[in-house]
Amino acid sequence: MSRPRPLPENVVLEIPSDLGAIQRAVDLVLSRCETSAMESRRLRLNLRVGLSEALANAMLYGNRRDPRKRVRVEVTYHAEAIVACVTDEGDGFDPQGVPDPTMPETIERECGRGLFLMRQLLDEVVYNDLGNSVTLVLRSRSEGEEARQ
Amino acid sequence: MEAILGFSVSREGDVTVIEVEGQLIVGNRQELKQMVLEELERGERTFVVDFDRTEYIDSSGLGVLVSLSKKIREQGGELVLAGLNEDLRTLFELTKLDTLFTITNDRAQALQGL
Repeated sequence: MSRPRPLPENVVLEIPSDLGAIQRAVDLVLSRCETSAMESRRLRLNLRVGLSEALANAMLYGNRRDPRKRVRVEVTYHAEAIVACVTDEGDGFDPQGVPDPTMPETIERECGRGLFLMRQLLDEVVYNDLGNSVTLVLRSRSEGEEARQ
Repeated sequence: MEAILGFSVSREGDVTVIEVEGQLIVGNRQELKQMVLEELERGERTFVVDFDRTEYIDSSGLGVLVSLSKKIREQGGELVLAGLNEDLRTLFELTKLDTLFTITNDRAQALQGL
């Protein structure tokens, strides 16, 4: 008889649209996820980038830095994966409308790399239809696999 | 991760060295931008940004470096990056910004090349 799998654990945060709160929230989530089986580099780099960029986008472009609006972060983690959902109170946006920031005509722009990095470093980046909520999935990899692939 | 946010400026001959301690992120990028623009205004033209004590750079931090590099080049100057750890180098490679910047292993190598 196989051993029962451990139940997933979760973290739920509601934070104000304060850019100074981003790293504290990310640090809290990362410290909780350290008990998961996720490789340390994928936590330190991939999850940090995904959460930091999603939170910054939610505060800057979703909630337009309105201090009355909040961002909700729900993270579920278990042995195989970490799933993080970041939701703002804004009107949403079209993620397909964001150009590739690595092209010659865009590479010297100051903005526009956040969503690109999220897509590069996470296994899934899925927006809801309105575009005000993004779900990030980071799967655990076998030992020796490249951290960013 | 300790969230120390700080920049310090020093001179090495004609080169202005800016050390980033902790993180370069959306919450402090304007501070770095202002600091470099003031140095540029004072007539400084050659800059090294030393990331030896930097743990994290977000997309806003990358963006401010792109913007500063452009402004410095427009003034006939040069901006060199030094001391990026493996994670930070990965971010430059993914965004292809490693093709836009001169990146050196450490401050000494950066100064040697200027």
